[in-house]
Amino acid sequence: MMKKTLLKVLSMFSGLLIVLKYMFKKPVTISYPEKKRKLPLRSRGRHYLTKWEDNKERCVGCELCAIVCPSQAIYVKPAQNNPEDPNSHGERYASDFQINMLRCIFCGYCEEACPTGAIILGNEYELSGYDRESLIYTKDMLTEKFPGESGRDPKREI
Amino acid sequence: MLADVIEIIVKGLVLALLLLGAGAYLTLLERIFLAWFQLRIGPNRVGPWGLLQPIADGIKLISKERFQPLGVNKFAYWLAPGISLFIALFVFSVIPFGDNVHLFGREISLRIADINVAIVFLLAFSSLAVYGIVLAGWASNDRYSLLGGLRGTAQMISYEIPMGLSVLTIILATGSLSFTDIVNAQRDHWFVWTNPVSFIIYVMTAFAETNRSPFDLPEAEHELTGGYHTEYGGLKFSIFFLSEYINILAVSSIAITLFLGGWLGPWDIPVLWFLVKLFLFVFLFVWVRATMPRFRYNQLMSFGWKVLVPIATINLIITAYFTMVR
Repeated sequence: MMKKTLLKVLSMFSGLLIVLKYMFKKPVTISYPEKKRKLPLRSRGRHYLTKWEDNKERCVGCELCAIVCPSQAIYVKPAQNNPEDPNSHGERYASDFQINMLRCIFCGYCEEACPTGAIILGNEYELSGYDRESLIYTKDMLTEKFPGESGRDPKREI
Repeated sequence: MLADVIEIIVKGLVLALLLLGAGAYLTLLERIFLAWFQLRIGPNRVGPWGLLQPIADGIKLISKERFQPLGVNKFAYWLAPGISLFIALFVFSVIPFGDNVHLFGREISLRIADINVAIVFLLAFSSLAVYGIVLAGWASNDRYSLLGGLRGTAQMISYEIPMGLSVLTIILATGSLSFTDIVNAQRDHWFVWTNPVSFIIYVMTAFAETNRSPFDLPEAEHELTGGYHTEYGGLKFSIFFLSEYINILAVSSIAITLFLGGWLGPWDIPVLWFLVKLFLFVFLFVWVRATMPRFRYNQLMSFGWKVLVPIATINLIITAYFTMVR
């Protein structure tokens, strides 16, 4: 009986020593603005409208992304491609493409639904703004400036 | 004569201001140590290594609304935080920080008052500390505050008996009640080696007296419902908060003076060793808070009455036997 209580008291002291051991381990905190965590490649961040290798946009204005979006955050206005100066490889292209970042839930359904692999979700997550209008991303903000800017391989099929 | 008065006033002012600052920075130290125990970093954004954090907390608390709930007993409600802070600070008036030093051409003793019944004085004043809690709980016109205050009071009162009994063994060992004599009697060996059981009992009751983990049910009740400082906000709450941390410093100082040799150390440098031992005690308080879950109220009371009081009494009897035989 005395031995059991003595063992219980000693276990309290060993508990104290275990906690002391944790003091000398390296903390797991990442000091955020100075150091950032490297995200996995599949992380879903900011959208990009990618292009083929020959600088033509992949988006054919099919509006599948707008249909599948659960929060109805995408607005696509399709238009007929000019045969002398086509914007994309098909007959249509998206003349107006807006994503409301405040409605987007970054689920990645648009990336899965796109038949040409146009819209992809990159790794950038620091997307804040000072008013609501600045967070409705237009087609210029979304399209990559040169093929491969978003990090995806422009030679891929989808 | 006038020089004496000025000396005491200056010493008192310096001590009070230093203690208030130390109480505030103790909150930062606790947050940093707790974070290290939990594999994270403490606050480090406000100033370099978070050194301006207590100032930021103070500004936040001061700028809050100053309110008084309906139906409170005005006198007791506004007096209670003041009592807590006053008692916490007043305890330091008898603690010796060192011997006599020569400053400004006078011999200044590094304590505010050297009374020859210091231990009785201290036990009396630590009993007064419960007034802050019970008045706060009762005056708040709130059933949860009342219950929290009553529980805290009962806990503090019932843990004063083992505290007094363990302090009695030190009095037996030295034969004197004055702190100066007790510190001087430890020049050969500290009392923690000859009376280890008293030391352990004293440390446990010190945790209970300051309402710290694992005995912090009056403090944790405000995570559940009430607790004696529910109806206090802003500056009044910060006074309670500060008095709790100064209380930690106070019981640590008493433990150091009684058991760990006061300000004595290699080369007897007056204040330095006291601060080193105080730092170790504060570390112990935070370490125990990081480790142990809190007692339930009935476990707490039965531990105090059924375990600590018998052990303290038996310890006292054995110490008295050894004192008489030797």
